[in-house]
Amino acid sequence: MAPIVSVSNLVKTYGSGFQALKGVSLEIEEGEILALLGPNGAGKTTLISIICGIVNPTSGTVLVNGHDVVRDFRATRAIIGLVPQELTTDQFETVWNTVSFSRGLHGKKANPAHIEKVLRDLSLWDKKDNMLRELSGGMKRRVLIAKALSHEPRILFLDEPTAGVDVNLRKDMWKVVQTLREGGVTIILTTHYIEEAEEIADRVGVIHGGEILLIEEKSALMKTLGRKQLRIELAEPITTLEGGLPPGLEPYRLTLEEAGTRLIYDYDAASGRTGITTLLAAVAEAGLRIKDISTRQSTLEDIFVELVEKRA
Amino acid sequence: MNFEAVKAIYLFEMARTRRTLLQSVVSPVISTSLYFIVFGAAVGSRIQQIEGVSYGAFITPGLIMLTLLTQCIGNGSFGIYFPKFTGTIYEILSSPISMTEIVLGYVGAAATKGMMIGLIILGTASLFVDLHIAHPFVMLVFFVLTAVTFSLFGFLIGIWAKDFEQLNLIPMLVIPPLVFLGGSFYSVSMLPPFWQAVSHANPVLYLISGFRWSFFEISEVNPLVSFAIILVFLSVLMGLLLWIFRTGYRLRN
Repeated sequence: MAPIVSVSNLVKTYGSGFQALKGVSLEIEEGEILALLGPNGAGKTTLISIICGIVNPTSGTVLVNGHDVVRDFRATRAIIGLVPQELTTDQFETVWNTVSFSRGLHGKKANPAHIEKVLRDLSLWDKKDNMLRELSGGMKRRVLIAKALSHEPRILFLDEPTAGVDVNLRKDMWKVVQTLREGGVTIILTTHYIEEAEEIADRVGVIHGGEILLIEEKSALMKTLGRKQLRIELAEPITTLEGGLPPGLEPYRLTLEEAGTRLIYDYDAASGRTGITTLLAAVAEAGLRIKDISTRQSTLEDIFVELVEKRA
Repeated sequence: MNFEAVKAIYLFEMARTRRTLLQSVVSPVISTSLYFIVFGAAVGSRIQQIEGVSYGAFITPGLIMLTLLTQCIGNGSFGIYFPKFTGTIYEILSSPISMTEIVLGYVGAAATKGMMIGLIILGTASLFVDLHIAHPFVMLVFFVLTAVTFSLFGFLIGIWAKDFEQLNLIPMLVIPPLVFLGGSFYSVSMLPPFWQAVSHANPVLYLISGFRWSFFEISEVNPLVSFAIILVFLSVLMGLLLWIFRTGYRLRN
C-alpha cells in the first residue's frame, strides 16, 4: 500500500540562514500512530508546518495521499487536521463559532451534529457558548483539538499536544486518539514526553538538528536498542572479599554499586543465551548470598538520550 | 472554488464588525456631523457656492470618500494583520483555500463594512444638506470600486506590517493628507497655480473629483480620467498581490 504521507529530501532554510531541515525523508503509513521525538529546535514543527502548507519548503517534495502539498494543496489540506503547539485562539469568539469556522475553512458544509459530537467527546459541550478568553489553558487546548477534528480529517497532526496539560485532559485526549485510530485516522504527534510515545505510538522517529536519526517500529526499536539489566542485591557487601570480584564472576563484566551490595549485569534480552542461569550459578558458587533480584528494561528515553548524545 | 471557506472568512469578519457596532457606526456618524457643523455651518456660511453647488453639499462626496478610504484601509489591514499577530493565521494557511479565496473573504468583508458606513454618512449628510445624485449608477461604480481597491490596499498593508506601528503608518500618516489635499473641502481651482499642479499628482483628487461629478456634474478632471486612475491603482495592487501569492511573502516564509 502506498504511504499516506511521503516526504523526500525535504530542506528548509529560513530567511535568517538557519537550516531547520537538512534533507529529511520519511514515509507514514495510513492508520498508524507515529511519534516524532526530538529536543527543542530539532525541526519537528517546521516539518509539520511544511506538510500542512503553513511554510513553503526550500527544496524537496511532500506527497499526501499521492498529491503534492504545494501543487495540489486543496487535495492535501482537505484531509489534514492540525493541532498547533501554541495556544492561539480568537479571544472574542465562542467555542461553537470557532469550531464551526474551522469546518467552513475546510470547505465542508455545516454539520451541527458532527460538531456536537466532537465537543462532547472533548468534554467541551457545556462550554460551547463561552468566549474563548474565558477558558483555561487546558480548555483552549481542547478547543484547538476540536477545531482540527471539525472537518473529519484522515490525518491528524498533534504538535506537542500535552505540553502543560493536566491528567484529565491527557486521558480524554488519548481516548479520542484511540477512537480516531480505530476509525482509520493516521496520527502524527510530536512530544517531549517519551512515556507518551512509548504508550501509544506504533512507530517512533527521532529527529535532531534537522535530520531524522532513526525511524522504527516501537517494539523493534525497544528490542534492538533496548538492553536489559539484571540487578542482584547481596546480603553482604562484596568489598569484604579480597581482590575484588571472585574469579568465577569475571567473564560477566559485572559492575558493583551500593558499596558492593549490588551486582549489575547487562544483557541482551533478545538473544537466545542471556547467560543468566550460569551467572546465578557462579554467584552461588562464589559463596555470595542473594537477597533480591530484579530486572530493568531500558526505556525509549534512555534510547533517545543515547542517540542524541552520540550525535552531540 | 472553496465557497464555504470564503463564506466562513467573510462571516467571521462581519461578526467582528457586529461586536463593535457602536464604535464602528456611531463614531463615523458623530465625526461627520461635526464636519458639517464646523465646515458646513461655520465656514460654509462665508463661502457662497462652488460652481453653483452649496458648500455643504459640495463637501459631502469628499466626506464620504474620506470615511470610505479610512474605513476600508483600516478593516482590510486589521482583518489579515490580527490573525498574523495572534497566530491564528496557521489555520487559514493550512486550509484548502487559495490566496484568491483568502483575499475574497477578507477584502469582501472590509469593503462591505466600508460601504455600509459610507452609506450611513450619505444618510447623515442628507439630514444637513439637500442632496441630489445626478448619476446614481456612476456614483455606485465609483463607490464600489473605491471600496474594493482600498480594502485590497489595506490587505496588502496588513500582510506587509510587522507590528502595530507599521500597520498604522499609512492609514494615519499618508491617507489623511492625501484626502484633505485632494479637494475634499474645497475646489482645487481655488488654489494658486503651483498648488493646483501639485494637487494633480495626488491620486485621491481623481477619486473625489469623479465621485463628486456623479452627484453634481462638476469636476476638477474628466470623470473618465478619474475612472482610469482607479483602475490603474487597482491593477498595481493586483500585481503586488500576485507577487505575494507566488513568493509567500511574510506569510509562508
